[in-house]
Amino acid sequence: MLEKDLVIVGGGPAGMAAAISAYENGVSDILLLERDQYLGGILNQCVHTSFGISYFKEVLTGPEYSGRFINKVKAIDKIEISLKSFAVNLTKDKILTFIKPGLIQKLKAKALIMATGARERTREMLHIPGARPAGIFSAGLAQKLINIEGLLPGKEVVIAGSGDIGLIMARRFVLEGAKVKAVIEIQKQARGLVRNVVQCVEDFEIPFYLQHKISRIYGKNRVERIDVARVDENFQEIAGTKFQLECDTLLISVGLIPENELIEMAQAKMDKKTNTPVSNELNKTSIAGLFVCGNAFRIYDLVDSVTKDSVLAGRQAAEYLIRGSGRTIPAGLK
Amino acid sequence: MNKNLTCIECPKSCELIVDIENCRVVKVSGNQCKAGESYCLAEIENPMRVLTSAVLGEGLALKMIPVRTDRPLPKAKLLEAMAEIKKIRINKPVKPGDVIVNNFLGLGVDLIATRECL
Repeated sequence: MLEKDLVIVGGGPAGMAAAISAYENGVSDILLLERDQYLGGILNQCVHTSFGISYFKEVLTGPEYSGRFINKVKAIDKIEISLKSFAVNLTKDKILTFIKPGLIQKLKAKALIMATGARERTREMLHIPGARPAGIFSAGLAQKLINIEGLLPGKEVVIAGSGDIGLIMARRFVLEGAKVKAVIEIQKQARGLVRNVVQCVEDFEIPFYLQHKISRIYGKNRVERIDVARVDENFQEIAGTKFQLECDTLLISVGLIPENELIEMAQAKMDKKTNTPVSNELNKTSIAGLFVCGNAFRIYDLVDSVTKDSVLAGRQAAEYLIRGSGRTIPAGLK
Repeated sequence: MNKNLTCIECPKSCELIVDIENCRVVKVSGNQCKAGESYCLAEIENPMRVLTSAVLGEGLALKMIPVRTDRPLPKAKLLEAMAEIKKIRINKPVKPGDVIVNNFLGLGVDLIATRECL
């Protein structure tokens, strides 16, 4: 079977930073798997600014931030990049199977770093009653449609939840000529950063309802309108507060879930509540040599923190490999 | 007169108190760095924002090429700038930082690409 010292699953900011860090700490046989046709992960669709302030000390857009790592990763010949490569199986002996066009590849990794990111929570997880028409999108999907595919998902938009992606998309829809009728948050305060409330919602005078929830969705083929109601301390609807909003599109922006199905498949111990691996040390799992970083490890507000976390994971994987080879750990590990 | 503002320069989102006299900022407090001061000045006297969007590519690897203004432009001009962005087509390869439109809308800012597109 094909063997690799270090395999990294995911070519977003986490995977790229981990690969560079592992290389800089002495690992010379690295395979970086990315399922998309480009490196960069979710940052490719995050065309707004707000990245890099802490890591690069300048304000960058998502593509600019990831572009710097893409250039660096491509310049290191010890990092083999495999695009359109989707990992489908992982065993506790660290045998990984991935598919890419025309190929099913099984390989044995001495160490693995899972940088698989997160997925969005869905409408189903909110238990909103009503119809199931077209026009309900997760905020990140709408972001991909507009910024990558050049398609506008709707003209009259309501946003459920106030996560950062939802707030950013409120502004994006307005700039694209759509009307954003409301942002509706069940908690007492915004889920996303205050600066995003200011520059994405207040700047465009979008109504922002705190302590409100969507209590029903109407629409035969496409979303037509929704019921909104104020909630009490226990998130229960307060009688007499219900009102309706007409809209053709509903965005869901209620948080992210770490994507760790491969780690689970390998039978590492998992915390079912957070969908993250349990271990006694940062970035580790209950399986020796299996590491996790970025949003798969925990949900971060900022990509700068993802980078920092992933640099650490890359170093830990390097330490693990050096120890396994019987060499002593050099003093100056980065 | 005092006015409360939330700084948007970085994720710290500092809560600022701006002392304004005759439409001019005389004092800023609550900021943890200098960016808060210049943000308040602009925000009270002439609010500015960096505009980010994506432009249609023609015959290139990407359908949409992300762009931004290299510096902030007046907030009041954002929608006008978007209407202009809709008209632009990019038909040759670009790198991050390449100028797409010089002196965009005569505002003294350049519209630049933010992603490599071959």
